[in-house]
Amino acid sequence: MKPAAFNYAKPSSVEEVLGLLSEYGDEATILAGGQSLIPTMNMRLSAPALVIDINGLDNLNGISDEGDRLRIGALTRHVEIENSELIASHAPLITLAMPSIAHPAIRNRGTFGGSVAMADPAAELPACLCALDGEIEITGQNGVRKVVAKDFFKELYETDAGDGEILTAIEIPKISAGYRSAFDELARRHGDYAMCGIAAHAKVDRDVLSDLRLAFFAVGGTPVIATQAMSAMEGKSVDDESIFAAQSALEDDLEPFDDLHCSATLRMHYAKELTKRMLTTLSARN
Amino acid sequence: MTNEIEQIPVALTVNGEKVSKLIEPRLSLVDFLRNELELTGSHIGCEHGVCGACTVRVNGEIVRGCLMLAVQANGGEVETIEGASDSGKIDDLQKAFHERNALQCGFCTPGMLMTTTELLATNPDPSREEIREYLSGNYCRCTGYEAIVDAIETVAQERKGA
Amino acid sequence: MPDTKSMIKDHVLDRPNSYIGRSVPRPNAKRLLAGRGTFTDDVKLPRLTHVAFLRSTYAHAEIVSIDVSEAKESEGVVAVVTGPEMAEVCSPWVGVLTHLEGLKSAPQHALAVKKASWQGEPVVAVVANTRAQAEDAIELIDIEWKELPVVADMETALDPETPLIHPELGDNLAWQRDLDAGDVDTAFANADHVIEETYISNRHTGVCLETRGIVADYNPGEDQLTIYHSTQAPHMMQSLFAKHLNIEEHKVRVICKDVGGSYGIKVHSYPDEYATVALAYMLKRPVKFIADRLESFTSDIHARDHRVKTKVAVSNEGEIQAFEIDDLTGIGPYSVYPRTSGIEANQVVNLTGGQYTNPNYRARAQVVLQNKSPMCQYRAVGHPILTLITEGMVDDAARKIGMDPLEIRRKNLVPDDAYPTTAPSGLPFENLSHHASLYKLVEMMDYDGLRKDQAEAREQGIYRGIGLATFIEVTNPGPAFYGVGGAPISAQDGATMRLDAKGNVIVEIGVTEQGQGAEAVVAQCAATALGVSMDKIKVIAGDTDITPYGGGTWGSRAAGIGGEAAVQAGKALRQNIVEVAGIMLQCDPSTLDIRENNVVDLADGNERMALAEVGRVCYYRPDTLPKDYQSELVVTRHYVPKQFPFAFTNGVQGCYLEVDTNTGFITFKKYVVVEDCGTVINPLLVDEQVRGGVIQGLGGALYEECLYSDEGQFLNGTMADYLVPMAAEMPDVEVGHVESPTLDSELGAKGAGEAGTGGAPAVVMNALNDALEPLGGKVTIQPFTPERILQAIGKI
Repeated sequence: MKPAAFNYAKPSSVEEVLGLLSEYGDEATILAGGQSLIPTMNMRLSAPALVIDINGLDNLNGISDEGDRLRIGALTRHVEIENSELIASHAPLITLAMPSIAHPAIRNRGTFGGSVAMADPAAELPACLCALDGEIEITGQNGVRKVVAKDFFKELYETDAGDGEILTAIEIPKISAGYRSAFDELARRHGDYAMCGIAAHAKVDRDVLSDLRLAFFAVGGTPVIATQAMSAMEGKSVDDESIFAAQSALEDDLEPFDDLHCSATLRMHYAKELTKRMLTTLSARN
Repeated sequence: MTNEIEQIPVALTVNGEKVSKLIEPRLSLVDFLRNELELTGSHIGCEHGVCGACTVRVNGEIVRGCLMLAVQANGGEVETIEGASDSGKIDDLQKAFHERNALQCGFCTPGMLMTTTELLATNPDPSREEIREYLSGNYCRCTGYEAIVDAIETVAQERKGA
Repeated sequence: MPDTKSMIKDHVLDRPNSYIGRSVPRPNAKRLLAGRGTFTDDVKLPRLTHVAFLRSTYAHAEIVSIDVSEAKESEGVVAVVTGPEMAEVCSPWVGVLTHLEGLKSAPQHALAVKKASWQGEPVVAVVANTRAQAEDAIELIDIEWKELPVVADMETALDPETPLIHPELGDNLAWQRDLDAGDVDTAFANADHVIEETYISNRHTGVCLETRGIVADYNPGEDQLTIYHSTQAPHMMQSLFAKHLNIEEHKVRVICKDVGGSYGIKVHSYPDEYATVALAYMLKRPVKFIADRLESFTSDIHARDHRVKTKVAVSNEGEIQAFEIDDLTGIGPYSVYPRTSGIEANQVVNLTGGQYTNPNYRARAQVVLQNKSPMCQYRAVGHPILTLITEGMVDDAARKIGMDPLEIRRKNLVPDDAYPTTAPSGLPFENLSHHASLYKLVEMMDYDGLRKDQAEAREQGIYRGIGLATFIEVTNPGPAFYGVGGAPISAQDGATMRLDAKGNVIVEIGVTEQGQGAEAVVAQCAATALGVSMDKIKVIAGDTDITPYGGGTWGSRAAGIGGEAAVQAGKALRQNIVEVAGIMLQCDPSTLDIRENNVVDLADGNERMALAEVGRVCYYRPDTLPKDYQSELVVTRHYVPKQFPFAFTNGVQGCYLEVDTNTGFITFKKYVVVEDCGTVINPLLVDEQVRGGVIQGLGGALYEECLYSDEGQFLNGTMADYLVPMAAEMPDVEVGHVESPTLDSELGAKGAGEAGTGGAPAVVMNALNDALEPLGGKVTIQPFTPERILQAIGKI
């Protein structure tokens, strides 16, 4: 199927984008990497009157070191992040997650900002940002604001970014000494959206975990931070008992759903299995 | 509705040749290559970015030709299987695929070759597992993949020895 | 058995410089590697238009009214055609065959008339200057539908309270077949053990990477239809298009260039393809239809939706004493034309248990109608199901009596020296090699070593399983398959060979290239039989105006039937050439032969004359030949199997896999296939047919499932949601051969295209159940997903 007809604009500044957004409202859509948007247009599931291609906004590209944080421009492609030394050194969770995102040709084109803005509940990066307390920079007519990840993802495909706003950057605190990250997901085939996935981050002292973050994806309408499981594990040694406690707490944290690929029951089972794996991985001695 | 659609002029380099056209914004890159330029070696298998049959190179990187608008390639450089083949730089890959029968119907083959070219450029000595992972977004219904993996492994070895 | 090799003079397998048995790469693959193939969508004609179809979004609904007025005014639109208008040009069809007695179906139209019976049935055709414009116009068509009750579940399709899809048929039962051989009741009554089970194969589909496509053009000046079609059977399609458009067959030319995968999907006739041809005829200009992926999922045929209740009797000593099966299959609202949708169930009845000595066999197959996409023959027709249940039952029996799966097979498989023999269903088997194949497999996979490894792994809490699946496979079908039932499908195929003036050879064949290597194999046969090198040969296939009339490529027939035709044509052409060479050389033609592009002395191979010289004289200087002599450098030969209705092949698959009992994910550790396809013409191509076939079978075993709602809505009709096997998860497959040539042809080649697919689900299931047995788990529902595996062992 071919997309319905649309007009195309390729502005060269954020101001221009905002102007078009306010002019066209719901009729306009933003094209970044296009790896999620274009399939829906090719199926005529979305049929915008105007496609605003933001790939001309060069200042939204790139990864920079901002002292205690990394700043990632919204248009930075997955492949650049995958290969970035800065990311590998200071936000290793993101590096761990990258190979699970689709396939090379998709990662060459897809953007960090696009993935976050799309807020697909099965996507890896939103959960990683939740685990790392990343911040999302949103630019609108009233200026620039930042929202922490856990408040950014509102509901299924809904974010805190309003109609006239665009996502311009993501900031991620650099990993502190003594902290570790781990990532895993269970997908039927390599590169598929996961049936269940987890991004984990914690301070590790021998086998004791503290300041633990467990962020799940593909288990709800948004990434889910498993607060009960996290507190069940807080300050504990990773052993059978603490793992079981964390797993049991997931019953309160998660409300998984049924879909074509996986039942809610299986998702919960996988969440527990992944929790065990992550806790074990985080506490494993180097 | 369509009356209000503004056609867009594009000028780009395709397989080393400069081309310029006036096109509808909704035209995908692969439809542009196939229909406007008659470069029919890039194939359409799904139009939702899953099968990899339309894989082409844009500004040096492989992309899904169905997930990029032709207007987005404006000013850029595009290489298709025809360009890669005629340039002679994938002779060894084509030969290895041929000798190993790493294609049957051949519909996925241009996409496989374009993907493989990038794989070997970024990882000249891949393991079988790495080859399989890199090809994980390219669907082949005929071969069962093993012969493709074998052929790529052979070329990697040969290039290493060369 | 008679040794025909010694009976045939000048046997092709005795030729010097033979290409038979050599791994020759396919000459025609090079253009595909260069991106220079010609697939149907690559065909562009002057004044080309594009058709898109409005398809029913309901599984079952009456068309109250259709308003196309706005669509007709849409930019670029050439024509908008509804069902009744189409029916004036293209007559309806009924997918029945007389040899499937009692099979019934309703008239089916190119575009739905009055009602739609599945989600995806074409209803209105829009022809426009571009596909996008046609799709734009479709959005402007207004149809008023009246929903009808949906028959989705095949289990309740025959219940009295279930509404009828076609009331004029009287019920939703398209066909039923019962078979009762031996004395089943006594066998079960006296058995030491009777094991019952229910196996389910869920509906899946072919997902050819190149979707279906057709470009049709009508030239009224010549009253000629020219059709470029991605098909397996050009002459069959020629016949069908001619019949339903009421045109003489020779006025219809079907050209089949490169085909991007077919696997049986493109051997059927489809409503949207008739419609495209009819539109070209109506508009007198070319019309192209290329199915998009979304419509492919609902309009390509589906297959293998079966629920089979099984019952097996076994003695304490491991003798299998009876098989009984009750197969229920749902085929959608129509039996597909012209091959019908009864064949899959028919195969299940015919061949279940056929490799075993047990004579007591009872089978029932019920083929029911439902409001889902039509189901029909797809690669390895019926075999994945019948092998699944046969080998499932054998493992059920082995488990019950605590016998090793290898031992029970050795005990019960028909001995290799017992052939020819007859299956309980009455089908004759010429020569099969179950024991030799099994022996070879056991060696290749190191069965005992794997059992040891399995036991050691289990002590560490790792669950690994070994699966075995023996199989038989229908190949080289004769007229018994379709022709006897009235289908216009040629059972025989021909090869025309022409020596040109420069000593090159053109071979025109009725079988078609689908990527499996038919052209290469034919070239090997032709080159060998004639005595030329392969670079002198050009093979032409897929054009009804040019090639000998033939059946095309399906049922693993291209190599066995097309190859034999080429052998006979090559031999005949050689005879003609040495005859004229004998005149030119003034010697007895029987002392001459052709080797490596030269006429040579038969006795010592001494070169006498180049073929180019023969060509030069015959074409340019026939005045130098005797006045009463006419050379004939073109010959045609045909072949159809005559002694047996089919050339059955056999083989065995074995796999070793590990199950992660926490996730239900499996990892293949070893996968081995031993295949007996008779004479192996080209090992490289045969092995890749087997490998590709296995992976396609693993798709069904592990991933593929057409999911439907209770309302008959196809739920996973995208490539993101319908999962096919991809590179990262699939195993390497070791392939071995046993060669039991068919004596029905000189070449002795049987088919190899479907063996991999037929055995894969069974071997995976048996390996899984072997792995899960200590946990009390058993899977019986295909695909064997992680969820089903975890459910089987009570983890979820």
